[in-house]
Amino acid sequence: MDRYAKQRLFGLLARGATGVIISVMILVVGVTIVRGGYVLLTDPSVAITPPGARYTLEADGGFLHAILGSIFIVVPATVISMILALSTAVYLQSDYSSERFSDGVNMFLNVLWATPPIVYGVFVLTVIIAVGSRTSLFFGIIAIAIFQYPIMTRYTDEALQSVADTAKEASYGLGATRFETAQITVRSALPGVVAGIIMGFARGIGDAATVLFTAGRSNNMPGGLFEGSTTLPILIFDNARAQNPELHAQAYAASFVLIVAVLTLIIISRVLAGRYARYVPGGRHS
Amino acid sequence: MTEATESGEQSRMGGRRAQRLRRERLSSYWFTAGGYFAIALFVCIVLTLLYQSLPLLSEFSLAQLVTSSNWDPAQNEFGFLAAIVGTIYVTILTMLMGTPLAILTAIYIAEYAEGRTKTLVSSFIDVLAAIPSVIFGLVALMVVVPFVGNYLAPAVGSNATGTGILTVSLVLAIVITPFMISLTVESLEALPDELRETSLGVGATKWETIQSVLLRAAGPGIFSAVLLGFGRVFGATIVPAMLIGGQTHIPDSLFSTGQTLPTLIVNDFGELMSMPTTQSALIFAGLMLVIIVWLFNFAAMLARRRLKRRWQY
Repeated sequence: MDRYAKQRLFGLLARGATGVIISVMILVVGVTIVRGGYVLLTDPSVAITPPGARYTLEADGGFLHAILGSIFIVVPATVISMILALSTAVYLQSDYSSERFSDGVNMFLNVLWATPPIVYGVFVLTVIIAVGSRTSLFFGIIAIAIFQYPIMTRYTDEALQSVADTAKEASYGLGATRFETAQITVRSALPGVVAGIIMGFARGIGDAATVLFTAGRSNNMPGGLFEGSTTLPILIFDNARAQNPELHAQAYAASFVLIVAVLTLIIISRVLAGRYARYVPGGRHS
Repeated sequence: MTEATESGEQSRMGGRRAQRLRRERLSSYWFTAGGYFAIALFVCIVLTLLYQSLPLLSEFSLAQLVTSSNWDPAQNEFGFLAAIVGTIYVTILTMLMGTPLAILTAIYIAEYAEGRTKTLVSSFIDVLAAIPSVIFGLVALMVVVPFVGNYLAPAVGSNATGTGILTVSLVLAIVITPFMISLTVESLEALPDELRETSLGVGATKWETIQSVLLRAAGPGIFSAVLLGFGRVFGATIVPAMLIGGQTHIPDSLFSTGQTLPTLIVNDFGELMSMPTTQSALIFAGLMLVIIVWLFNFAAMLARRRLKRRWQY
């Protein structure tokens, strides 16, 4: 085979691989939207009815409890995680520490980032057992917050690092304190920070392994902070293994809700990133 | 009068400065705490898991645990071998399929695609990365499981039902690609254009340039992306739990059902939580996961440093 044939062959292979990945993505999104959309169109009430008493057996009622559970768990978790991630990311800018130490912190963050979500679940569960409590909404929030923390920190840190050094230098040159300079850095990195927070939210809402043993996996409407609850991914996971075809159908409907939520979040993050670009020095509308 | 206002202004200025400095000091405590939080969380997780695994480790030796394949918590038998072998099979199969796919796609995005195609393909990859794994599992139950069970397995003379090691790997190979693609694209795009121009200038074809110049120069980044991919597959939980069949035995073929370390935790945690040794055994499985993933991460970091020096351009 001469070198030009080889070049053509590998060019085709590269295109082929991309084609495979994109068609799988379209297949997954398509199947979910078509099957889930069909279920929701024929019976839209499943998404807004609470489950009945015999939900796991007879699929009476809908999965409103999972939708509400997802919102009640992921929104507070994102807020907690956002505060922690922003603090850590500002610290990593090495205004507050030596470069060596922030490299060390970064190493721990990378390890946390790669830790399988199930481990966070097991960790929070052992904490629950240690304090003698029960699985509940509250511990679901904690588990998801821990899971989101390294993800958000990474995105935020990357955004802060891309801020031009001149912005920081100018701020220090005017006699600003480190805190005031940090405010300026965060503001000029806002598109990246917001995108990172939304990506963290999207990851948190889609994760099942962390909340499987911590949120309670109950089939009731979320009743209070220390009552059991469930989320959409857990519901899909359980319903997919159930025998009842109606539960299967509801799993698809729930996937539809979940995938639409995730896709919407991605679009929002793109739009917001574009809108906040005016805060970036030299950004689009400055 | 003027003196009074001046001194008033001065004290107000002084007050403001004191306030600014107080704010600065308080915020610096807060941010430092934020930095230490990352370390504290990690240490906390490892110590908790270690402490909770002790009851099991005091009853059985480590060698006993990882070389016995007899997993029967009801009989007080805790052999992790089946789950470990299952995890290794799934990981190797997945990486064999996923790595070429990811690297070729990354080459396409970084070197071939241009303009709008490039933006479009990259945003598709972002969408793929954001799809929750539970949805992959659900769609695979409807698409991949029947495909493997009705066509692939009979074609090689197996009577498998469709759930098993191969099905899990097929799905995971797609699940982990976006992550490897974006890391590989990043390291390819960080290379200076002079490298491409020089190589093309001395008469190399585009593919020769990619193969012997760009892939080599971006090698450290790609290598660590692959190692991080290994870690990802190792800890994948939801997709294997939905598709692997969940029977704790050493898999004897590609289509065989099995168990990985994370699915062991998922399948056995609920019902057996009341027994302290079982609980400890499952936490030990979690500990093994953390340690192995940690090793992969560490290796990735070392590799990036060492290879960067060796494959200098």
